[in-house]
Amino acid sequence: MFKKLKNIGDCGIVCDFGEEVNQEINTNVIKLFHHVKMEVLKGNLEGILNYTPSYNKLIINFDLEKINSSKILNFLKSVDFSKISLSQRSKKWVIPICYDFEMDLENMSKTLKINKEEIINIHLNTIFFVYMIGFIPGHPFMGDLNSKLFLNRLKTPRVKIPPGSVGIVEKFCNIYPYESPGGWNIIGRTPIKLFDTQKETNPCLLSPGDTVTFKSISKEEYKKLANE
Amino acid sequence: MSNNFFKILRPGINTTFQDQGRFHMQHLGVTPGGCMDLKSFLIANALVGNSKNEGVLEFAYQGPLLKLIKGNAKISITGNVFFQIIKSNKKIDGECNRSYFLEEEDEIDILATKESTYGYMAIEGGFDVKPFCKSISVLSRAAIGPNEGKKIKINDKINFKMNSKNKKSFSTKVKTNNNNIIRVLEGPQFDYFSKESHKNFFSEEYKISNLTDRMGMRLKGAVMKNIFNTNIRSEGITKGAIQVPADGQPIILLTDYPTIGGYPKIANVTSVDYNLLIQKTPGQKILFKLIKLREAEQLYKEHLNSISEIIKNIKEIN
Repeated sequence: MFKKLKNIGDCGIVCDFGEEVNQEINTNVIKLFHHVKMEVLKGNLEGILNYTPSYNKLIINFDLEKINSSKILNFLKSVDFSKISLSQRSKKWVIPICYDFEMDLENMSKTLKINKEEIINIHLNTIFFVYMIGFIPGHPFMGDLNSKLFLNRLKTPRVKIPPGSVGIVEKFCNIYPYESPGGWNIIGRTPIKLFDTQKETNPCLLSPGDTVTFKSISKEEYKKLANE
Repeated sequence: MSNNFFKILRPGINTTFQDQGRFHMQHLGVTPGGCMDLKSFLIANALVGNSKNEGVLEFAYQGPLLKLIKGNAKISITGNVFFQIIKSNKKIDGECNRSYFLEEEDEIDILATKESTYGYMAIEGGFDVKPFCKSISVLSRAAIGPNEGKKIKINDKINFKMNSKNKKSFSTKVKTNNNNIIRVLEGPQFDYFSKESHKNFFSEEYKISNLTDRMGMRLKGAVMKNIFNTNIRSEGITKGAIQVPADGQPIILLTDYPTIGGYPKIANVTSVDYNLLIQKTPGQKILFKLIKLREAEQLYKEHLNSISEIIKNIKEIN
């Protein structure tokens, strides 16, 4: 099912599913991710440290003291995709967003030549699919945005972005769970906690395959929810 | 919670609990994290007879000043560190890569790392802190780990498990490596960059900028011209990935790396040279050298063997 296998550094392997980004390819990536995870849990694959699914790739990281890339390549070549099943229950989420914390709305409006209200409207009317979680804990990559709002990353990433910031790049939308560096165009901010360390067995709110829509709230409502 | 504890009289710049890291969570966006310098970490634990993954205190540039309030402790300091042990107002200059027996009221003042960034303090029996998902490594950016996922601050109480009895001290010899050549492998988007950029990347020195921390190291030097695309589909990151955003200045992703990234990666630092790289300080210059995977694997084996040798050579001080 993957198109290419190659090493990334001396303790990583990339399973490349091609250049395209769509929900079908992403579902295959998630299938392989679950398969590798299960094999590791069953003790069939020693020395694996992490397995990171993204839009169209799965990266497997390992302990170079215990295993090397050629052994993992052999394992991956023997995977029979027709025998991997994916039982997935996707959830639907409504996430509140306040558009008054504008960082990039003004610039976006100028670049796209669309007024701010229209940008907000398109964003509110999109049903987002969660492709993957990553960058920092609990951080979702979601799609697919209307092509009218397609934008590139910022040329130089910001050193600091406030927690809860919602950003867009091309057809994708994200939410920054923590203050962090980043290069996305910030459209608004949510008071919702995406990663909760009090829940040790399941600290992450969203999962790949879930859907998300946004609900607009005022600055007052934001403050109220943020303090809860 | 044990009764033995230190009080923090000065926290230092970036003092955190670290072990070898938190694994099997990268798909939730949780980076493995862990100690920056595995070599110094392993030696610190070995000097006080701990297991290989016992949690330690990691500090950067300036370390903490700790006062032992309750219990006896055997500690070790590794890295290239200037520190003093204070026993009833008498100051003793500390030696790295050896253990010290401390009694109540003693202080340990970790003043600075010398021509390096990170240092470690291990304690016999380990610190008494609560792990999150099997690791005590603090990821301060995401408030994960013990001490509420934060750096150590003034007046914190640092509990440790064991009231030490054995006053014997141990030491070993560690050679410092001042080499500035960092060996790398081709990154997944190596071909995104022009031939001229490849030539520059492997022949011109890069200066480490002030924007450097546990997450990443920003470099200044020859501008990498991207001839294909300055953005890629966000994909999983590996420690030591060298990504190049549109401004053409490379960023090396370090231990607390973001788990997913969207900039093309020209190269990846080899495991063998990772320790050497992260101990470099802002202002220092490095030169990249391209090697092949098999060589990198072999060199890492030799690197691990050299650490085992250092640990085997730990001897009691008379």
